[in-house]
Parts: sequence; structure tokens; C-alpha cells
Amino acid sequence: MDLKRVDDLYRDKVILDHCRNPRNFVFLSNADFVCDAINSFCGDEIHIQIKADQSHKITNVGYQSEGCAINQATGSLISEYINGLKINEVVEFTSYFSDIMQSRLDSDFSDKSMTDLGDLQILYRVKEFPIRIKCVLLSIEALKSGLYSYK
Amino acid sequence: MLNVENIREDFPILTREVHGKPLVYLDNAATTQKPIQVIDSLVEYYKNYNSNVHRGVHLLSVEATDQFELAREKIASFINAKNSELIIWTRNASESLNLVAYMWGRKNIHDGDEILVTALEHHSNLIPWQELAKEKGASLKIIPIDGDGSLDLEAYKEMLTPKTKLVSMIHVSNAIGTINPVENMIKMAHDVGAKFLLDGAQSVPHMPIDVQDLNCDFLVFSGHKMMGPTGIGVLYAKKDLLDDMDPLYTGGEMVLEVTYENATWAPLPMKFEAGTPNIADAIALGVAVDYLTKIGMDSIHDYEKSITEYALKKFPVLEEKGVVLFGPKDPNLRGAIFSFHTPSIHPHDLGTIMDYMGIALRTGHHCAMPLVKSLGVPATARASLYAYNTYQEVDILIDGLVEAIEYFENGS
Repeated sequence: MDLKRVDDLYRDKVILDHCRNPRNFVFLSNADFVCDAINSFCGDEIHIQIKADQSHKITNVGYQSEGCAINQATGSLISEYINGLKINEVVEFTSYFSDIMQSRLDSDFSDKSMTDLGDLQILYRVKEFPIRIKCVLLSIEALKSGLYSYK
Repeated sequence: MLNVENIREDFPILTREVHGKPLVYLDNAATTQKPIQVIDSLVEYYKNYNSNVHRGVHLLSVEATDQFELAREKIASFINAKNSELIIWTRNASESLNLVAYMWGRKNIHDGDEILVTALEHHSNLIPWQELAKEKGASLKIIPIDGDGSLDLEAYKEMLTPKTKLVSMIHVSNAIGTINPVENMIKMAHDVGAKFLLDGAQSVPHMPIDVQDLNCDFLVFSGHKMMGPTGIGVLYAKKDLLDDMDPLYTGGEMVLEVTYENATWAPLPMKFEAGTPNIADAIALGVAVDYLTKIGMDSIHDYEKSITEYALKKFPVLEEKGVVLFGPKDPNLRGAIFSFHTPSIHPHDLGTIMDYMGIALRTGHHCAMPLVKSLGVPATARASLYAYNTYQEVDILIDGLVEAIEYFENGS
């Protein structure tokens, strides 16, 4: 059977790499705030711990997840991306990223005012598999609730 | 034995393609497809005799009322209820369960009473009783299962006491396929004076059910899981229980006499059916029942048993790949519902890959979160079959699973 059409998702080097070697896959016990989310429909979980300095700059990130490949890769990519950003930049990022992922229009990640999303841009491909967008957005949901409590 | 090719011809959707592949629909425990006869009956109602029931004297209303009540009689005869006034239309099995929990439960369950459910329940037959038990100070007890997903009948026997007021349980597990030995369990419940509610959402569509023979006190099921439309379900109960229950909803259609101060209730079944009912879907469910009866419920049950046996024989191919199948391994003790764990690939990733092969599976906890957690997995993938699924589709499923697992294991 021809499985080329799922290759975009499961044969991408970046996604595979982050699934197999997740970054920051440690629990930070001295975190300043934690970001947790559970998808009650499918049972996927994501847990992110964040350490920030006095200037509200993120200095360390830990993350653990349980669930599908997309959920795991997203958590790993995001843990890498937000490390070193200011909290307000992460707030901006979460709304920008989830708006684009959920938009039914042809918007993409080309907004130059945003920090370069780097490898995270690869997740745009998940839009080809609409039912799986929620697997990407679980990490964002976790970040949003954690950031809310930080403020 | 039923003729599956003839049956398939009645289901237009089975000829469509998904991602360029022929559809292999294996998500029947979630909802079933509808034969053209059911689809046509909906169109015919709206085209030719759309009208409100039990009201007008005009011809259209008479025709709609006749068809609506005829459907109720078909349901009564399908489950061998004494008469059609014991058939209450609801939206689905969940609504039927809530109706019993609110209107029978609140009146009859008291502080210190016990309600028994099984470890296999769908959330719909768990949460209403959790809420009732909390409200009343009653306790909800869970009949455990053994390693292969069969009920522990010894434990059940010990849990039944004069405190037990209700046993409410699933007949066939939607999550792992176990067929529970309810005949005996109903007798045992009655021996201690408890009422017995049977959740037939996964049994009424697949095997003959005779409520008088079973002697259950309540039976609930959903139309859309038995080739009927969504939005229509059934509550059956014994007459004395329905007479004892007050209506959950009040308003139009369910009254005998109304003054500005008071109202008296209409007789059964309309006492429980406030407002304009779901006329079209009730009529169409009657047509679905005609369709099932024409095939024969014994034939459907036998066919599903033999296709289950076939699938179980093929399963060792998957076990070699590390796949774990949940539920009993004896085709006499399980329905055609196969829930499994694939260690090397998460159920959602599996579901996506299978979808691109044209195969519709369900992945997740199947509205049975405590059960799936107790199996020690975060989620399972589930294939559930019906009378229109073929042996060839079982082959496609098994081959597809092998290919998906290999695809995932070899990726880099």
C-alpha cells in the first residue's frame, strides 16, 4: 500500500528526530511555573516546567509528555524554542502560533515581526491532517494556562 | 447465513473512497452506516407527510401519527416488550440512562443504599450513578473484571446484598467487546430485591434481545448504532416502574388536563415525551428495525460470531509484532469489537496511517476512561464490525496493521 501521503508527517527528519531524542526531557523541580494540559478525548498529556530570571527571561525548560508522535515532537520543539525568550515573547508566540494552526485561511508562518520559528515551522504540515491539529495545540494550551498563572 | 454482498448494496456510503482507497468502515461501535431504506424514509417523511403528531385532524397529521406510533410498535415487537406504551423515545441511550437516574433513582435510592455497575461501563452508565450516589449518600460499587476482561461473577455474588437497590450494566462492552452473562446476573439481582438496568447500546443492534425472557427492569439503546439515524434512542421499562416515575420534562404533548394552577400527566408513553418529538428519526428507526428483522437478528449474531472467530485466528500475525488484544479470546464470549495496543506506535499515529489506507478505526479511551487506564495503556485502537463488513475487510485490516507497524518501526 502507498503510504507516501503520510510521509510528510512521519518521514520528516526533524519530527522523527524530536520524537526519538526529545530535548529537555527532564523534570525541573525548581521551576518558577508549570504548564500542564491533558486532552480528555484521547488521554494525551504534556507537562512543561519553566525557570525564569528577574528580567522575565526563560533560563531553563523541562518537559515530559505521554501520547502520540506529533504531541511528543511538538513538546520537544517548543521546549527548545522558548528557552531564552522573554515571557512576553512566549505569550505573543502562543497566540500567533495557535491562530495560524487553527485558521481555515491560507495564513502561514511568514509574519516577519515574529522571532524566526525555526524548526517549529515544520508543524505547519500537520494542517494537512486536520484531526491532528489538536495534538500540536496541546503544548500551546499548556503554555497558555501556565503563563496565565505566572502573571 | 446472511448474504453480505446483498446487504452492502443497500449502503451507498460503502462505495465511496477515502484518500483514494475504498472505504473500510470499522467504527461501528461509534455509529453504524444507514441502508438506503432508512435514508429514503427520512426524505419521504419530509417530502410527503411532514406534520406534527397527535394534534391535527388533517390527513397529514394522521399519516405522521400512524407512522410514528407504528415505529414504536415495531420497536416493542423487536425487543418483545409487552406493548408499545413501554417504549419511550429519547435522544439516545445516554438520555435514557439519565432519565432513569433522575426520575427513578432520585425517588428510590436512599442514604446507605448500594448501586452496582461493572468495571466495563461506558461513561454514560457510570457518571449518572456517581452523581446520584453523591446526592443521596448511596454508594456506587464496581463489579471487577479478570485478566481477559470477563466479569468476576464470584465477586458479583458477594457484592449483592439487601442493600443493593440497582444493578446497572453494559451488555456488550463497547471498549473491549466482552459479552456479559446477563441472563443469570439479572436473576441474581432479583433474588436480593434489586432492579436491573441493561445497557443494550452494543447488544440490541447485534443479537436478538427479548426483554420478557431476560426479565430486565430497564433496557436502554441508541438508534444510530443499529442502522438508524442519530438523535433517536429508546428507554424500555416495566410498566409499574414507568408508572411510578414522574416526567423529567414537562410541557406540551405530555399532559392530560391543564389549569393555570395544575396539570395532570398523559398516560404512557407520552408522559415522558414533552414537546414535539423527533418524528422523522423515530419513523426511520422503525424502518431500520424492519431492515434488521428482515436479515434476522440470529443471522446477524451468527455472522458476527464467525467473522470474530476468523479475526481471532488471524490475530497471531499481529501478536508477532507485539500487538496485544484486549477482551476474551473465545468468540462466544465477545462481540466483533477488537481493541488493541500496539507498543511501537501510538494509537493516534496508527489511526492516521490507517485512515490513509481507507480504514476507519477509533482510537482513544472509547468513553471508558477508567477501564482503559486499568488495562495499563493510555489509549487503544479499536476495530468494530457489523453485518455489512466482510472477511476480506478483516484481511485488509490485518495486512494494514502489519504495514503500519513496519512503516513506523522502520522510519528514519
